[in-house]
Amino acid sequence: MSDGQDTVTLAIDGKQVTVPKGTLIIRAAEQMGVVIPRFCDHPLLDPAGACRQCIVEVEGQRKPMTSCTTPCQDDMVVKTHLTSQVARDAQRAQLEFLLINHPLDCPMCDKGGECPLQDQALEHGPGESRFIDEKRRYAKPVACSPNVLLDRERCVLCARCTRFASQISGDPFIELFERGPLMQVAIYEDEPYFSYFSGNVIQICPVGALTSASYRFRARPFDLESRPSVCNLCSAGCNINVHSRCGGVMRVVARDNMAVNEMWNCDKGRFSFKYLAHPQRLTQPMVRRHGELVGVSWIEALDTAAQRIRAAVDAGPGRTAVLTGGRIPDEDAYVVSRFVRTVLGSDDLDFRTRAAGPDEDAALAVVATRPAATYHDVEHAPLVIMVGLDPEEEVPILYLRLRKAWRDHGCRLVSIGPRAGTISELLWQRLPTPLGGEAALLDALASDSDLDAAAGEVRDALRDAGSQAVIVVGERGGLSGALAAAGRLADSLDAKLAWVPRRAGARGALDAGLVAGLLPGGRRLIDEADRAEVAAVWGELPATPGRRLTAVLEAAATGEIDVLHLIGVDLARDAHRPRLAKAALERVRTVIVQDLLDNETAGYADIVLPAAAAMERAGTFTDWEGRRQRFTLAVDPPQLAQEDWDILRQLALLLGRDLGFRDLDGVRAQMARLPASRLRAWPGPAETGTGRAGVPTGDGALRLLSYPLLLDRGVMGAGADDMLKTAKTPFAAINRADAERLGVRDGQPVTVASGHGRLTVLAAVEDDVVEGVVYVPSNSTDVPAATLAGDDGAPPTVTVEPTDEPVRPVAAGAGPWTAGDRGLPVQGARA
Amino acid sequence: MVEEVRFLSKRFDVEDGYTLDGYERTGGYRAVRKALEMEPTDIINVVKDSGLRGRGGAGFSTGMKWSFMPAAPVRPSYFICNADESEPGTYKDRWLLERDPHLLIEGIIIACLAIRSEHSFIYIRGEYEWPARRLGDAIVEAYERGYLGDDVFGTGRRVHITVHRGAGAYIAGEESALLDSLEGRRGFPRLRPPYPAQSGLYASPTTVNNVETICSVPGIIEHGAEWYRQWGTEDSTGTKLVCVSGEVRIPRVFEVAQGTPLRAIVEELCGGMIDDRPVKFFVPGGSSVRILPGDKLDVGLDFESMQEADSMLGTAALMVFSDRTCTLDAVLNWTQFYEHESCGKCTPCREGTFWLTQILTRLETGLGRRADIDIVEDACRQIEGRSFCALGDGAAQPPLSAIKYFRDEWEAHVEERGCPLGATPRAERVEPLFPFRTSEAGTIEPPRARLPLSPPEYADTAAAGRRGRDSA
Repeated sequence: MSDGQDTVTLAIDGKQVTVPKGTLIIRAAEQMGVVIPRFCDHPLLDPAGACRQCIVEVEGQRKPMTSCTTPCQDDMVVKTHLTSQVARDAQRAQLEFLLINHPLDCPMCDKGGECPLQDQALEHGPGESRFIDEKRRYAKPVACSPNVLLDRERCVLCARCTRFASQISGDPFIELFERGPLMQVAIYEDEPYFSYFSGNVIQICPVGALTSASYRFRARPFDLESRPSVCNLCSAGCNINVHSRCGGVMRVVARDNMAVNEMWNCDKGRFSFKYLAHPQRLTQPMVRRHGELVGVSWIEALDTAAQRIRAAVDAGPGRTAVLTGGRIPDEDAYVVSRFVRTVLGSDDLDFRTRAAGPDEDAALAVVATRPAATYHDVEHAPLVIMVGLDPEEEVPILYLRLRKAWRDHGCRLVSIGPRAGTISELLWQRLPTPLGGEAALLDALASDSDLDAAAGEVRDALRDAGSQAVIVVGERGGLSGALAAAGRLADSLDAKLAWVPRRAGARGALDAGLVAGLLPGGRRLIDEADRAEVAAVWGELPATPGRRLTAVLEAAATGEIDVLHLIGVDLARDAHRPRLAKAALERVRTVIVQDLLDNETAGYADIVLPAAAAMERAGTFTDWEGRRQRFTLAVDPPQLAQEDWDILRQLALLLGRDLGFRDLDGVRAQMARLPASRLRAWPGPAETGTGRAGVPTGDGALRLLSYPLLLDRGVMGAGADDMLKTAKTPFAAINRADAERLGVRDGQPVTVASGHGRLTVLAAVEDDVVEGVVYVPSNSTDVPAATLAGDDGAPPTVTVEPTDEPVRPVAAGAGPWTAGDRGLPVQGARA
Repeated sequence: MVEEVRFLSKRFDVEDGYTLDGYERTGGYRAVRKALEMEPTDIINVVKDSGLRGRGGAGFSTGMKWSFMPAAPVRPSYFICNADESEPGTYKDRWLLERDPHLLIEGIIIACLAIRSEHSFIYIRGEYEWPARRLGDAIVEAYERGYLGDDVFGTGRRVHITVHRGAGAYIAGEESALLDSLEGRRGFPRLRPPYPAQSGLYASPTTVNNVETICSVPGIIEHGAEWYRQWGTEDSTGTKLVCVSGEVRIPRVFEVAQGTPLRAIVEELCGGMIDDRPVKFFVPGGSSVRILPGDKLDVGLDFESMQEADSMLGTAALMVFSDRTCTLDAVLNWTQFYEHESCGKCTPCREGTFWLTQILTRLETGLGRRADIDIVEDACRQIEGRSFCALGDGAAQPPLSAIKYFRDEWEAHVEERGCPLGATPRAERVEPLFPFRTSEAGTIEPPRARLPLSPPEYADTAAAGRRGRDSA
C-alpha cells in the first residue's frame, strides 16, 4: 500500500490501519470494512462537510469530527459509531434532523429500495420522529431540464449534484438558491440544466430528489434485473449497468470502473436505450419482392442473400463489397473481416463512413500495433495535446478526465486544429491551423524550426514533459496526415499517443482489419510475412488490396458492384458523400442491410437482416485506449433478431464455408490463435507529405468543417425524446472576424449553402473556430451537412447569409425547451 | 466607582473626530509614522507582547495571528477588516466606524505593514450605510493626503483599501464565509484547514481582524505594549468596548478596562435598571453566548471570568433583562434570528433552528407539551459541536442556558398554556421572516429568477479611493 509515498498509522475502533497521508478518515474506515453513514460525501467530489452524518469521535478533539473532511494523522484514535456512543448519538440526531422535512413517500418514490437515506435511517436512525410540526412544502416536481426532475421536499441539501456540476462537468447550471431552511437546488428559468452529464446527478443523489424523466414511476429498484455491460455509443468504454424489467430496458446507470469512466457516464450513454424497443426496430428478416419489402423466414432471407452473393462472386473479382459502421463488437468485426477475405474472396471493405486521408490507412496500421495512452496517462500528464478532437462532443468521458487533469493536477491542455470545441475554455494554448494544416504544425513542433510564440511555448513545454506528455488524435487527424505526424512527434519524445475514434466499434474494427489492405493486428495485405501469419489461421487470402469507402461507392455507382452488404451502417445518411452513396445504393443490384433500425438506407435494401444490439448479446468492445472490455447479455433480442457474427456464420455455411466456430467463445478462441503483431514504425514525412499547409485561407472564402455532436439525429437516439430536447440546436460556428465581414450576428438564423445544398442553422459567433472556416454539426439538421460537399471530396466552400427561415431543433417537432413542456411549474413564471 | 477609559473611545465626543484634521489634531497618524520605521516582525512582537486578543468574539491572540502570515509570500497577502457587525446586541464597531474612521484606517495601514500586505478590504455590514459613507469619506481623505495609495507617507510603501458592503447576511461575519462573499460567491463557511493565513482570499495568505481589534493597534504601537497592559487582567489585557442594551437607564457603548465587573457597568455607568427593576438575566456577549441569571452580575468583563461563569465574553454586547421579560420569549426571538441567518449548508443548523423555532413558538403560544422542553434541550445538544461553523453553536446556547436556569418558567408555559408573563408573541411573530412566495396551495414557490438588483445608492468607496489615488 505504501507505494513509496508517506503513510500514516492510526487506530479506528481499536484496530491499527496504515493509509497514505491525506486519506480521509471515512476512506480509511472503508478499507477496514467500517462503513460510516454519509450523504454529502462522495469519493470523487471535494469534501463538503455539509450533512454532518459521518460524525466520529476523535480522541483529544473537543468536538466530534466529520470523518469525510478530516484527514488521518499519525497516532490518531478514532471511534466510529461502532464503538462510540457520542458518534452514535450524533448520527442518530442528524438523521432525525434530515427526516424532519423529508416526505415519507418512500412507497412511491423512485429511489425507494436503493435509497441511502432509507437504508441509513433503518440502520442508524431513530425509529420514530419526534417532529410534529409543519414540514416545508414545495411544488413538485420541478424540471431542471427535460431529463432531470427535482422534488425539493425530498432533498437533503447534500450539494452532491451542485458540486458535480461545478467540479466534475464544469457546467454549474444547477446551484443552491436561498439560504437556511429554505435553501434549495434550483435553476434559472432561462438557463435549464443542459449538460451532457446531467444524468449523473440523478445517480449520485442520495435521496429521491433528482429523478430521471424517462424512468420516473416506471419501475421499482427491487423489481429490476441489473446486468453489467459496456456502453456502445462512443469509444469511451464506459462501464454501465443495464436495468431491465420483464425483458425491457428501464434505465442505464454508470458502473464504477475507476480506470475508465470512474463513476460517471454521459447522458447519451444513460438515456439512449429507447431504440431497443422503438417501433422502427427491425425484428424480422425481409426480402424485396415486386418492389416491396416483405417479411420472410431467416432461411429464406439467408438463402436469397447467399444466392445473390454466389452469383456476384462467380461473376468475377471485385463485384462484392462490405461496409460496416462503428457499432459492431470486436468479435463481429473479426468475423466480418474473415468472411470478406475468405468467403467473398474480396478486400473491398471499410468501417468508416467519413472521409479518409490518402495515407490514413498506413497510420492506422501503426495504431493497431502499439499500446495507446490511457485514461490514467491523460489524468497524470503534465501536458496533453489534442489534435482534431472536440472531446466533449466526441468522447465525453475523455473530456471529464481531461477536465480532471486540468483541475486537480494542473495539466496544461493544448488543442491543435481549426476548432477546439467546448474544451477551448480550459486550454493553456490554442494552436489554430487551417483545415488540414495540423500535420505541418506537428512536424514543426518536432523540429527546431522557427515557430510563433504560442507554438514555441508548447514546444518547450513538450520537451519539458518528455515521455510524460500525451497526444490524443481525433478521427479528423487521419484526413490530413496529422495522425502520422503526431505519431512521429510522440516518438521523438518517447511520449504516449492515442487515436481517439468516435464510435465504440471503431478501434475493434481497426484491430480486426476492417480496412481495405489491412489484416487483423495492423498487418498489411501486401506484406508477405503478414499475409502468411493470417493465412495460417484463415486459409487463402485475396492477393491484392481492395477498395476503400469512396472507391467502393464510386464503383458501385457505375455498376461495377453487384452486392453491397451493409452491417450496422446508415450509408444514405452518414456517408461523407451522401449523393454518391445514394447513387451507389440505387445502382447496386443487391443491397443487404444488416441493422437494428429501419433507416434511410433500409429503403434501398433488397434483403434486410435484423441484428441484435449490444445490450442484447455478449461481446467485447475495445475503447480508445485499446482496452478490451467484455460484456454480457442484458436483455434478449426482440423477436427474430440475431447476432451479427452468427448471421455471417450461417451465410458462410450456405456459401459452403465453415468459418470454424459455433459460438462466441469459438470466435474468441480463433481470434486468440492469431499471434501478436510486430510493432510498426510511423510512416515518415516523405510518405505522408509533410509541410502540408492545409487548405489555404485568407482568400475570403469560407470552408466547411463538419463533425457530429454528441446528441444529434443519430439513430441510436431514437425514442430518447427527453434527451434529444437537450441537444444543441443546429448551429454554424463562425469566426468573429468573418461574422463581422458578413454582417452575421450571434444567435441569428443563417443559411449555409454551397452549390450542392443548403442548411438553415443558428449562427454561433466565436473565437474558437479559425478564420475562413465554418463549423456545422454533421448530423443535426434535416439533411446532413455532408450534402454541401462537392464531388471532389475536398472541403466545400460555403456562403453564410442571414435568413428569416426557422431553425429546426434536433428533437424534431419540438420547440426550444421550457419547463412548461411537462406541464410543470416554470420557475418564476408566477412572479 | 468605575471610570470609563478613553483609549478607543477618545474621539467619541470630539465633534470633528471623524475628519482627518480632527483626527490628526487629537494625536492621530502618529503611530503609523512610527510603524513605518519598524520592521514587520517588530510590529508583530509589540502587538504580541501587548496581549491584544481578537475582539470579534473568539479572543485569539492578534500578534499570533499575524505571525502565521508568510514572511516571504509568493502570492499577494491580503488584510481584511471584518466590519460585518451583526451579532444581536452588538454595535461597538459602528461607533468606531462613525466616530473615528481614521483610527481604523491607521490601524489597517500598520497591520498591512506588519503582514506585508499591500491591499486591504473592509467588509462592512450592508445595513451600515451611514457608517460606510463616513468610512468612504475618510478613506478618500487619506488617499488625498497621501496616507493611502502607492506612496504611503512618502515612503514608497503601498497600502490600498477597498470597502465592500455586504448584502445583509449574518453568516458573512464568519471569517471564511466573509472571504467567500468577498470573492463574489454566496457566503458559505469554508472547510478548514487550510486556514486563511495559508489560503484565504483568492487562495492567498489572508488575515481577518475585527474593527475594534484593529483600532487598538495604533495606540499599542505608539505607547508600547507595557503601556497597554496598564488595563485589564493578566490574560485579558487592555480595554474593551461594551455595548449595553436592554432594560437599563443609559444603554450605550462604554469603554472600560477588562475585568471590570458587569454589576459596576450596569449600576454605575448605565445608571441602573429602568424603574430599578431587578436583573432577572443577562447576556454578556451577544446572543451566541449562554445567558446568565441576575445573581451572576458580579462577573468580570474579561475572557477568563466569563468562561468561569459558564458563558463567554463574545462581542461584549451586554443585554440586561428584568423580571418583566420572559426567557422563552427572548430565546424564541434569538432562535428566529438564527433560523433566518443560518446559511443552510449543514444539517443540524439548518434543520435544528427550523425545528426549534416551531417548538418554541408552540411553547410560547401555549401549545407546548412537557416533552418539548426535553426535545429542545436534546436538539440543541445535537446542534452544538455538530454544526459546520460556530453559527450553530451560537444558536444552541440561548435555549440550553435558559432551560438550565429557568426551567420552571418554561414548564409554567406548558402548565398555564401560555406565557406566564403574558408575552405571547404577536401573530406576525409566528410567520417566517422570509418574504418567500407561497402558491395558492400553500407550497413554497421556487426562487424568482434574477431578482432585479437596484444599484447601490451611493458611490462605491473603492471607486472613490481610486479617484483619490489619481489626485494624490
